[in-house]
Amino acid sequence: MQKSNLDKIIENQKLRKSVICLTNIDTDEETILLKGESSKIEDLDQEIAQCVRYDSSKLVNVNGNNYFIDVYNPPLKLIIIGAVHIAQYLVDFAQNLSFDCKLIDPREGFANKERFPNTEIYNNWPDEVMESMGIDNRTAIVTLTHDPKIDDVALDFVLKKDCFYIGSLGSKKTHAARIERMSAKFSNEDIQKIHGPIGIDIGARSPSEIALSIISEIILSLRK
Amino acid sequence: MLSDDINVINIANNWKKNGKKVALATVIQTWGSAPRAVGSKLVIDQDGNFEGSVSGGCVEGSVINEAMELFDGGRSKVLEFGVSNEMAWEVGLACGGTIKVYISELN
Repeated sequence: MQKSNLDKIIENQKLRKSVICLTNIDTDEETILLKGESSKIEDLDQEIAQCVRYDSSKLVNVNGNNYFIDVYNPPLKLIIIGAVHIAQYLVDFAQNLSFDCKLIDPREGFANKERFPNTEIYNNWPDEVMESMGIDNRTAIVTLTHDPKIDDVALDFVLKKDCFYIGSLGSKKTHAARIERMSAKFSNEDIQKIHGPIGIDIGARSPSEIALSIISEIILSLRK
Repeated sequence: MLSDDINVINIANNWKKNGKKVALATVIQTWGSAPRAVGSKLVIDQDGNFEGSVSGGCVEGSVINEAMELFDGGRSKVLEFGVSNEMAWEVGLACGGTIKVYISELN
């Protein structure tokens, strides 16, 4: 691979743009394409679009040439509302899975550098900062305060967005009350996007186990 | 491209910036039960340091040897690994799959 092409891939990753490295593996010729940009090779653009859509790379043969379509989609992003005990473990799991983590909690006693040394912290109300976070289909949102004053503000915002996962902490009873509050503002279809009670059922009890069940559900939503 | 492989790309970039010779190996095709998906990457430097993976550890050693040949003036190539045959001391995949790996130098 050419160093200049590697630089382009890394640069576009930072800009959260999908980029494709197309290599003719017989001639070693490389082309860097942005999402939607044409390869100018007949029959190849549709294959490239499919690879971008499914976040997968593929070897294809077109007119006797072997092309490797290597897709670099933007990094995954996790926005956590509520700097609670579970969040400390969730950030660790998510960062190991290469998610960019952003933590929102207006309460400075909860969200601070001592408790979250390696996380981007926002001591704001969710509606003050979420617009600037570029929520897209590579973004997951988790609300953990189970305080409607904070969580609902975030849900009001993200239910209108195209994120791949929304989950809210709380018991069945808490979630039922949440659905009732939300139904005044959103359709059933929208409300059903919220995973609640959050996480897959692994019988989790401790904060770290609950964090594991949440991150597992996020990966399940992404891959299945 | 899975997120783990983005880390590999960044490591490749750092090694190259530090003046090392760097090769990048990528799984380009799989058949059967291959341990790593298409697009998975292994980066190797001139000293034999490596990060990432193209299998579950079964063929990395062989890919690293190929990288050393690249650094000695070889050209990019496609390597194919199939089922291992312990009797023949071949490098292969115990899982029964077959993979194709494209290896090239970063330059």
